[in-house]
Amino acid sequence: MESIRIEETGLNLEATELRLGLPGRDKIEKETISSFNKNKRAAPKSAEDDESKANDDIKHHHHEAAPAAKAQVIGWPPIRSYRKNNFAPKKAEAEYGNYVKVSMDGAPYLRKIDLKVYNGYTDLLKALENMFKLSIGEYSEREGYKGSEHAPTYEDKDGDLMLVGDVPWDMFMSTCKRLRIMKGSEARGLGCAV
Amino acid sequence: MDPVRKRGKNLSKSLDSTQPASFPDEVLEQVFSVLKSRKDRSSVSLVCKVWYNAERWSRRKVFIGNCYSVSPEILVRRFPNIRSVTLKGKPRFSDFSLVPHDWGADIHSWLDVFAEFYPFLEELRLKRMVVTDRSLEFLAKSFSGFKALSLLSCDGFSTDGLKAIATHCKNLTELDIQENDIDDLGGEWLSCFPETFVSLEVLNFASLHSDVTFDALERLVDRCKALRVLKVNMHIYLEQIKKLLLKAPGLTELGTGSFLQLLPRQSAELETAFSRCKNLHTISGLWELSSFYLPVLYPACANLTYLNLSYATLQSDELAKLLSNCSNLRRLWVLDTVKDEGLEAVGSSCPLLEELRVFPADPFDHIMVQGVTESGFVAVSNGCRKLHYVLYFCRQMSNVAVATVVKNCPDFTHFRLCIMNPGQPDYMTNEPLDEAFGAVVKTCNKLQRLAISGLLTDRAFEYIGKYAKNLEILSVAFAGSSDLGMEAVIEGCPKLRKLEIRDSPFGNAALLYNLNKYESMRSLWMSACNVTMNGCRVLAKLMPRLNVEVMKDEGSGNGADKLYVYRSVAGPRRDAPPFVLTL
Repeated sequence: MESIRIEETGLNLEATELRLGLPGRDKIEKETISSFNKNKRAAPKSAEDDESKANDDIKHHHHEAAPAAKAQVIGWPPIRSYRKNNFAPKKAEAEYGNYVKVSMDGAPYLRKIDLKVYNGYTDLLKALENMFKLSIGEYSEREGYKGSEHAPTYEDKDGDLMLVGDVPWDMFMSTCKRLRIMKGSEARGLGCAV
Repeated sequence: MDPVRKRGKNLSKSLDSTQPASFPDEVLEQVFSVLKSRKDRSSVSLVCKVWYNAERWSRRKVFIGNCYSVSPEILVRRFPNIRSVTLKGKPRFSDFSLVPHDWGADIHSWLDVFAEFYPFLEELRLKRMVVTDRSLEFLAKSFSGFKALSLLSCDGFSTDGLKAIATHCKNLTELDIQENDIDDLGGEWLSCFPETFVSLEVLNFASLHSDVTFDALERLVDRCKALRVLKVNMHIYLEQIKKLLLKAPGLTELGTGSFLQLLPRQSAELETAFSRCKNLHTISGLWELSSFYLPVLYPACANLTYLNLSYATLQSDELAKLLSNCSNLRRLWVLDTVKDEGLEAVGSSCPLLEELRVFPADPFDHIMVQGVTESGFVAVSNGCRKLHYVLYFCRQMSNVAVATVVKNCPDFTHFRLCIMNPGQPDYMTNEPLDEAFGAVVKTCNKLQRLAISGLLTDRAFEYIGKYAKNLEILSVAFAGSSDLGMEAVIEGCPKLRKLEIRDSPFGNAALLYNLNKYESMRSLWMSACNVTMNGCRVLAKLMPRLNVEVMKDEGSGNGADKLYVYRSVAGPRRDAPPFVLTL
């Protein structure tokens, strides 16, 4: 910006000076970041196809010229402080699955499932039944999974062994570390009211 | 009939033999009392002295867009019977930390005068003002008929001030606390509404952080039968929302709390509760969203006209599923986590959409570039031809895309485009985005508000000056090449009211180009531009009826780092802090 600062009483010649290159270029090279190289699109859209290929060279040249990173500018982008301070979106979770190990008593190896693909407990239990060729039955608050040889349990964040189905689904999704399908007498013990 | 102040007899002009027959003033006042529009009232007051007086006695609501443009004393002298006051304080860029904390705009001096002259004050709506707990307590105790308090983007108070409001305002109908910078000392304030208090119609505490006693809230909702707007904060969960909805099925606007934690059987109950809310047209909140529960909203979606998802991290498919139920939507606010695919769903599901705002979930993230691009923008414009208000934060844009958007939607009144990297050119051609905004102003004749960004030369401003004849508000950042840019706008936009500029190469020549213009505007803000102290002094000297205020950064020599110019009938500020230099 120094190059076009106006003299107090002068004629401000620089503003009308003929120059090569895009206007405002000096300012850009000092201040902006080029994010073009991170914006690679897998399939350039329709009509712009030809132009974008030709322009790739130009874009590339400009990358070299621009600085790699920029200092954060105060008050930019123009977002109210309330929104800035009170909002931290969960990024990573959105991208990747929520995979947990599933073990079944007596089985030689473990499986892994992505909790995110299920629509709730019913869905999850049906999938487990299919995967391990067994029947788990229906959940009831009082009696757990009665009428079944198996009980679905999970290990939560605190390391405790919990019965699947007691807590809201989203809470289960965020606290479940691994699943374990118990069977036989041990399972019955867990399901029965004491 | 309200107790109103009566005029003295000597002001009355009844039938006089030398004058043509005229209405008695009381009749004129009655006639004028139906005038609601500010512009109409303004016109009416200019007709003649009789009408001027009738208008001022009959006015009940006043709007002051800049609290320093007039003083409370002048206000009460002209309008003796005001019931509702709306005041805006700090310049808009204070929202983005560009104005120091103790700049001013304190409401208290106004309240002192109101307590004496407007004892029947009912409504106070403040934006960007400083409000202290002491002021809130004073307000609560001074106006026995006080009904509605709305605070947006204000600062200086804590929940203790809200306690005073809840305790003393027996006739309160509206408490609307939005996005303020306040000290949240706890949720006890809500429990301060007495058990006999039943008049609440609007309650918005969505932006407060601490937990309120749910029991107290439930009882409050239960006994306030006229409650139509309820926006709770993130400490309220879905199970509790269900209880509240069952008590208030007549709600027109609901701000949910955290959209979490519902057991399967509770899901069905909540869905039923939503289906009973036949008047619900607005939903917001959805803090900490688990999209798993979104289906509970579906019964209410068909009636929704305004959906504010700007705090909900939704993915594209989640949004698409939700919107497929919302064919009646007129206003939609979302986060850019929905990406272009999400916006395509907007275009295909919401043909009646009039307003779209897309906020960045991660505005300072330089590494992982996500969010929306120009293609999402175009997709929305293809499907939503009635779009007239847009606020769009993105990381890439092209001239062609913007031209397509306005070709699809020529009725834009508000076009606010924020390309988040300052000075970024058209990503396809690497040219400035002048043609983009050229297309906007050429095509959208009704354009009132414009915010520009990206790489822009004086040409963009020439377009604006030449075509944007209805433009009232212009926001400029990191744009332009010379004084000619700003001059084109000053010269060409007859209806310009607010011009706010930052980090652009405009200097004294532009500032002094047309001095009289500033008297037809509410205000001018220029920060990090090329104006100097001398230029500002010249302006101040030649235009004594303007307030010319400068805030300087340390060690900046002759530069006027932050300049704020506004017209005022109250003269220079008497409460300016030392860092605000009044020239």
